Amino acid sequence: MAMTIATRKRLVTALLIGPSAAWLSLFLVLPFIAILVFSVGERAPEGGYQAAFTFAQFMNLPARATAFWNTMILAPVGAFFCLLVAYPTAYYLAIKAPARYRMLLVSLVVVPFWTSLLVRTYAWIFILGARGLPNLLALIGLPDVRLLNTPGAVLLGIVYGYLPLMIMPIYVSLEKLDCRLLEASADLGASPVRSFFNVTLPLSLPGVATGVALVTILLLGEYLIPQLLGGGKVFFIGNALVDLFLQSRNWPYGSAIAVTLVSVVVLIITLAMRLAWRFAGTRQVDLV
Amino acid sequence: MSASDIHDIEFRSVTKRYGDVTAVTDINLAVPKGAFVALLGPSGCGKTTCLRMIGGFEQPSEGDVFIGDIRVNDLPAYRRPVNMVFQHYALFPHLDVENNVAYGLRQQRPRIASAEIGKRVGAALEMVRLTGFGRRRIHELSGGQQQRVALARAIVNKPKVLLLDEPLAALDRKLRTDMQMELQSLQRDLGITFLLVTHDQEEALSMSDLVCVMSAGRIRQFARPQEVYDRPADLFVADFVGKTNKMTVTAEPGLLRLGNGATLPFAGPERGQAVLALRPEAMRIARSGASGGPLVGEVTHRIFLGSLAEYSVAVPGVGEFLISTNRHGLDANDLIEPGEAVSIGYNPEALRLYPA
Repeated sequence: MAMTIATRKRLVTALLIGPSAAWLSLFLVLPFIAILVFSVGERAPEGGYQAAFTFAQFMNLPARATAFWNTMILAPVGAFFCLLVAYPTAYYLAIKAPARYRMLLVSLVVVPFWTSLLVRTYAWIFILGARGLPNLLALIGLPDVRLLNTPGAVLLGIVYGYLPLMIMPIYVSLEKLDCRLLEASADLGASPVRSFFNVTLPLSLPGVATGVALVTILLLGEYLIPQLLGGGKVFFIGNALVDLFLQSRNWPYGSAIAVTLVSVVVLIITLAMRLAWRFAGTRQVDLV
Repeated sequence: MSASDIHDIEFRSVTKRYGDVTAVTDINLAVPKGAFVALLGPSGCGKTTCLRMIGGFEQPSEGDVFIGDIRVNDLPAYRRPVNMVFQHYALFPHLDVENNVAYGLRQQRPRIASAEIGKRVGAALEMVRLTGFGRRRIHELSGGQQQRVALARAIVNKPKVLLLDEPLAALDRKLRTDMQMELQSLQRDLGITFLLVTHDQEEALSMSDLVCVMSAGRIRQFARPQEVYDRPADLFVADFVGKTNKMTVTAEPGLLRLGNGATLPFAGPERGQAVLALRPEAMRIARSGASGGPLVGEVTHRIFLGSLAEYSVAVPGVGEFLISTNRHGLDANDLIEPGEAVSIGYNPEALRLYPA
């Protein structure tokens, strides 16, 4: 059968994006529609969902304000600390590291992903627990240092767990940086420090924005690390969702929270990308 | 009078090595103040390395580089009173035209008042005929416009020396010719020393006051363009700058013996094996009747160039010659056809002899 070139092009496009489109519709779009529908429904007496059209669930959101608030603090603060550690690392990898070892060093960044976050977070429990670091600190005369189940432990766990996700996009944007621009900057009289702030930093902002958005978004749904390293004392939206869907089986209320969370995420991405584009003067932003 | 009153840049026995590779070998060069100097050579000859040593992006392995009176070997790039127009412009993509041009002025200490910066940026943009483009983003500009921004960004700082690294290589032919003239008049207006790196001999000859021909990390000739063209210092220069016919000859008292046994009159002191060089335009051909000169051959190709015609002429036992003839009139009969037998003449003054 003869096909026009246009038809053939459309067929190829369909074949290329078909699988992922099908997968996403089935497991992302449909569930999200379900959640949207649930969020305006009511909790059935025996738990679960029963059809209705009410915004009562959204009106109820303030009841979980603490969890929301905690999450809204944790996500950006965690991302910020991640950034503080990740930027110098990415800078070293992209610009200072000897070219011969660069790929090796970069792959080392991703090595932690080879084991599950759960296992690695458990390891931190032992390191931070009474028989770990505090025990060693007691030996050098610092008794009764409490590390586990503190906000500090949660922050540490978060920075540790999400560091690679922050390093990679920053590394990519720094690695693409044209070193001739730095020569031009030096030629025009800028010292290395000023060149960094005038050229390197602004041009790596798309990477920074990608990393910050990525980590912030993932942190908004995080519940494992606060649960394990924070002792479950501090409640996050992630914890609230687990609780509402699995324990109290209040699906509509859980859905309302989830919908609100997703809206906030979309808002954050949009703002972050707009900002990064404006600063870098380019729309070439790579999500890793 | 110290050297710096005459020279803006000086290389003293400068050698640059990268590991085992020597990019520049024992270079001595003094660039006169206010001159337009071209560093000319094939890629890899070390010309860009020289430029980068002046800019401060490379350090010499041996020898000293001077800018004016100051030995700059250990002076970082950002402290040197020179500015560079980079090969691919290296404009800052996150800044608009105005901020690109103002970049250098903003680095100066003590600070320059922003009104003054604005004035000087405006003047520089006017100089490169980009008035009104200040707010444009770099990626919105054409290659030629980017080139001008790069130029403005450098000259706005009033450098002692302007370094230009193949600044016109990325432009199309028409634009390149325009920019060549603009650069020349810019240099005259500013009165500062221009040091231009190029592999394009036409560019070097047409724009500069002095041409420094380089090859394999050494300077082959440093002279005025006409001198370089008319009296190339060696065979490399003769070959690289312009077109040259070469033939191996044996120099004997009073004559040069060609490969086919024919002889040409010669008064020079050289003896033995040598290479004779003649420019295509220093030779002429004529349809040979029965009379044969020492050089008789047959036209193998003709390239018609409008005002000029170039012929390839094969001379048995000697080789192939390229001969360029000026078409003085519009005589329909002046062109010689391939296959015709011709005799070759030349201007004896233009004959150059080099050691074999």
